This record gives sequence, C-alpha cells and structure tokens, in this order.
Amino acid sequence: MALNENEVLEGLAEIVAEETGLDAADVQNDKSFTDDLDIDSLSMMTIVTLAEEKFDVRIPDEDVKNLVTVGDAVQYITKAQA
Amino acid sequence: MTNVVITGLGATTPLGGDVPTTWENALAGKSGVRTLDNDWAETYGMAVNFAGQLMVRPDEVLSRPETKRMDPSAQMAIVATREAWADAGTPEVDPERLGAVVSSGIGGVWTLLSAWDTMKEKGAARVLPLTVPMLMPNSPTAYVSLEITARAGAHAPVSACASGAEAIGMAYEMIQSGRADVVVAGGTEAAIHPLPISSFAAMQALSKRNDDPAGASRPYDVTRDGFVLGEGAGVMVIESEEHAKARGARIYGRLLGMGMTADAHHIAAPDPQGAGQTRAMQFALDCAELTASDIVHVNGHATSTPVGDMIEARGIRSVLGSHADSVLLSATKSMTGHLLGGAGALESVFTVKALQDRKAPPTINVTEPDPELELDLVRDVPRDLPADGQLAAINNSFGFGGHNVALIFGTA
Repeated sequence: MALNENEVLEGLAEIVAEETGLDAADVQNDKSFTDDLDIDSLSMMTIVTLAEEKFDVRIPDEDVKNLVTVGDAVQYITKAQA
Repeated sequence: MTNVVITGLGATTPLGGDVPTTWENALAGKSGVRTLDNDWAETYGMAVNFAGQLMVRPDEVLSRPETKRMDPSAQMAIVATREAWADAGTPEVDPERLGAVVSSGIGGVWTLLSAWDTMKEKGAARVLPLTVPMLMPNSPTAYVSLEITARAGAHAPVSACASGAEAIGMAYEMIQSGRADVVVAGGTEAAIHPLPISSFAAMQALSKRNDDPAGASRPYDVTRDGFVLGEGAGVMVIESEEHAKARGARIYGRLLGMGMTADAHHIAAPDPQGAGQTRAMQFALDCAELTASDIVHVNGHATSTPVGDMIEARGIRSVLGSHADSVLLSATKSMTGHLLGGAGALESVFTVKALQDRKAPPTINVTEPDPELELDLVRDVPRDLPADGQLAAINNSFGFGGHNVALIFGTA
C-alpha cells in the first residue's frame, strides 16, 4: 500500500539520520540536503539508493539533481509509489 | 641523520581496545583468540572456526555514520589513530609538514564482498556509492589524513604481513628526507570473514586447532601447525626529535633504523635460507649505526607456521652471532594471533612498550620448544631487560610475496 507524505518523510528521515548522524527530527520538508543538512553528493546517492529500496521506487540519476529539499524528495517518492 | 622519536601510541586489538589494556594483557600472557561466535564453519564447511577477534568492536566507540562510511579496516585505523594522537598531546602541526602512512595487507575485503552479495541478491542498482572509497586499500590512510589534516602525503605501502612495518619504515624515510616533521604511521586489518579464512586455510597456512583456540598460536613450539588469523590496528606518532622537543612532547622511544629487502624467491613461501630476512636485519643495524651487541630484544615475526618460524630464528642467530645468547626473543602473535597488515605495527607498539618498561613480553603456548631453536625465548611470563643504559630492539615483519622489514627501536 502506498505511503502518504508524512509516512514517507518519517521513513526518509530515518535513512538520513542513519547516514549522517543528524537527529531525525531535524530532517524536515523545508530543509535543503546540501545547504541545511550538509549532505555531500556521495551521501546523497547513498540516501537515494537506500530510499529506492525502502520505498520500492526508482529514482533515476538525472532526477536526483532536482531533489533540492527534503520536501522535494518526499513528494517525488510519494508520487513514484503510486 | 635526523633523530626520529615516538611520541604517541594507539591500538585496538584482540587483547584490548587501547594500548594500556592490550599491553597489560600481553604482559599477563593472555590469549585474545577464541571460537567465532557465528555459524560460518557449519554453513560453509570451514576447516577453521576461531580467530583473534577484537576485544572492543569499533562500532562501540565510533559514531553510527562513521561506521557506515568506513570499512572495518579503516574504522580500526581511526580508533587507533585517535588514541595515538591524543596520547601525543594532540600536537599543533603545520598540515603540510604532517604525514599519514597507514597500511592494510588486504584492504576493504568486508566492503567488497558485502557489495558483491548485495549485487547478486538485489541487482546493480542497490550497490552503494560509497563502495569504492570504502574498499580501496588506501582508505584507512586517507581517513587518517582527513582525521588529523595531514597534507605532507598519505601513503599505504602494501606488502601483505609486512605492510604495517613497511608503513613505519616509510614514515621514518619521510622524516629523514625532510618531507615531514610528524607522521602518523601504522597498519590495520579486518579480514575475519569466511573467504579470507578459507583462502588461508586452503594454503594450509592456518592452525586447525579448533578444540583449543587459545592454545592454537604457538610460535617455536614443536607442535605448531600454522598461524591464527587476528584483526586490529596499531598506530604510532613518529616525529623528528627536534620537533618533539620544541613542543615539549613526552618521548616514548626512538625509531633508530630500518631495513627492507625482497626475496624474489616464491610468491608465498619464504626463502628457506632466509637470506632476504637476514639482509633486512643487517641493513637495519647499519641504518641505525649499531652492532649486534647493542640489541637486547627481538619481537619476532614468528607466526607459528612449521617452516617460517625456524627460518627467522636461524636468521636472527646468524645476524646477532654469539650475542644472540643474551637477546630476549618474544613472539606476541601467540597472544594476538596474526593481524596481517596490522601485525608489524602492533608489534612495533609492543617493542616500544617493552623498551620503555624494560620488560620483554611473554610467548605463550610453548610447551616444548623446537629443538632447533638456539635463541632465548621468553615463555609464559615477562622477563626483565637490562635496567640501565640505552637499549635497542628489533621488530621483524615478513610478508607473502617475499617482503622483509626489520625495524630497530631504542629507549628514549
């Protein structure tokens, strides 16, 4: 069953927290992966790979550059599940 | 000649999560070898089901993101580096005068094989992007250079079981050549995985004493039947004496000289005459401007293999001559197992501690010494080194591929 945006945010925050050591509560929709969360490109690709597995979606490399904020990724994943 | 000193020590080993615990357990003659707490032997039909496993896992002391970004070999190197660097007083060093030389014999074997498992099970899209920076054999030294901001150079000479000693030799050269004032150097290995164990077992290199793991590593004993795989890291802060004195550093001991040679004899077997090994020891003496009579202690490579131990013992005898009678020989792999790329570094830490405390650590499990052994082996309990004067000791490390490294350390 497809997850809603809140559920995707919760799951994504868990992945980000695990990879970066940030508090999952700090991973909010308005946060930029690079500017706010200080996530480098290799970590971003790791998060994307783990998110693809967790949510059973496909996020092509060319779409990753458009995922600037956590909210962008949450929306993308929520739609991609449908 | 620049005088080179040791100002910091770090280690994580089967005998302890740091140098003080490791050294205390070594002096107490304890074994860090135990049965594997998993079902590998049954699942894969492995002939060997024990190893010298770390007393403190790196994930108990590192953050979760650190353990996710680093192969266990790099994690262990970082644990040992943090201890050594703090032990050296967290020195302020111009980054361009600070180097890192931390080797692994095998590299990120856990990362490589786990990624291959993931790919076979889940497909190429699930292979994580950090796989390459985790599996590359220079990963530990690169992470160490990041940790301490070392920009004079970061190197990882690879020579199997001599790697850690070669790294320390290279650090000596970096300081002698004027490339660096301070170098963090050592070795690390995290190869307790079913494939390396089975590969070494296939060579008939490992002890198969499954019913007595703690008694399996028995260098120079007549019943020795192969080495015991160990894991861990040893790191030291190596510094020009001038730099160390200028910052008021505590000096543990000196790195007086080193010798390195190659056998060019066989890809895995040592030259039965041990010519390359004896040349390495002689070069180290020459480099240190010492003679055989200056040596009081040898930490042997002594892995507990039927052939290797006696080749080395004869080599020590031939280099030290009749003075060998007054040299105390220790084989600490009897307690730690064989840390492969970490071995030469950990045993360098042991050699520096032995000189500092003027105590040669014991060799355990020797119930009947090989009758051919014509050396004074320290058995079961530590023995005192001379109480007065400057002392010097040799640490030997030899690797598959015919790599021979001898390092000579001295008291402060």
